[in-house]
Amino acid sequence: MGLIIAFWILAVVAIVAALSVVLLQNVFRAALCLILCFLAVAGIFVTLSADFLAAVQVLVYVGAIAVLIILAIMLTREVQWGSPSNKLRIPAFIVAILFLGAVSFAMINTQWPVSSIPPLEPTTAALAGKLFGEGGFVLAVEIAAILLLAAILGAVVLVREK
Amino acid sequence: MSIGLEHYLILSTILFSIGLYGALAKRNAVVILMSIELMLNAVNIAMVAFSRFMVPVLLTGQVFAIFIIVVAAAEAAVGLAIIMAIYRSRETIDVTKINLMKW
Repeated sequence: MGLIIAFWILAVVAIVAALSVVLLQNVFRAALCLILCFLAVAGIFVTLSADFLAAVQVLVYVGAIAVLIILAIMLTREVQWGSPSNKLRIPAFIVAILFLGAVSFAMINTQWPVSSIPPLEPTTAALAGKLFGEGGFVLAVEIAAILLLAAILGAVVLVREK
Repeated sequence: MSIGLEHYLILSTILFSIGLYGALAKRNAVVILMSIELMLNAVNIAMVAFSRFMVPVLLTGQVFAIFIIVVAAAEAAVGLAIIMAIYRSRETIDVTKINLMKW
């Protein structure tokens, strides 16, 4: 029962926050709404019994990416200029609505093979086994490390003063 | 009424559509990047929901979500660096005015 109430509250908060991100004219307030949306998504992860992912979501998105975005907004001094739409606003709206309708239709009308096994409760140890254990995703973890290093170097080179 | 897989998938689709609209219709490059983050979050919700309801003990979807978060962090860092470089050289981040490579 508590799970159902939590899901509906978090879902409404996430959707309203996401709508404010694209509809608010003040870019800084849009960024704050984006942080609220990230937190709501972290709560959604908790209702899906993905505790480790919820913590990672808060650490990476709320802690790092949100700070990066707010820093970029501050440094580009575009707050007073706002976030206007381009001339493709109506076609973009139609595309988004069509996408929403088509994917919702497909998802509701598909018979998903839902399993009735209860989920693992503390997922951290199981995730570590998946990522680093035998037959896991060790190669992908190594590639992710190289990708992050390349991204850091690329960002430093791009913003360096000439 | 209990919460099933469909609820999470519909929530994910709604968030993705909002992000899609923002990415297509906005002129401020930072807002476009924020919309892309919204779309990545929506995909993460779908991944974790599939993992929770279809393979509850395998956790494959959560592993994929972790890699999506890694790529999203790298993408945000490089994207915002590109926006800073463009702002420094052209004094604007209006994507309709950044048309140097358009013919």
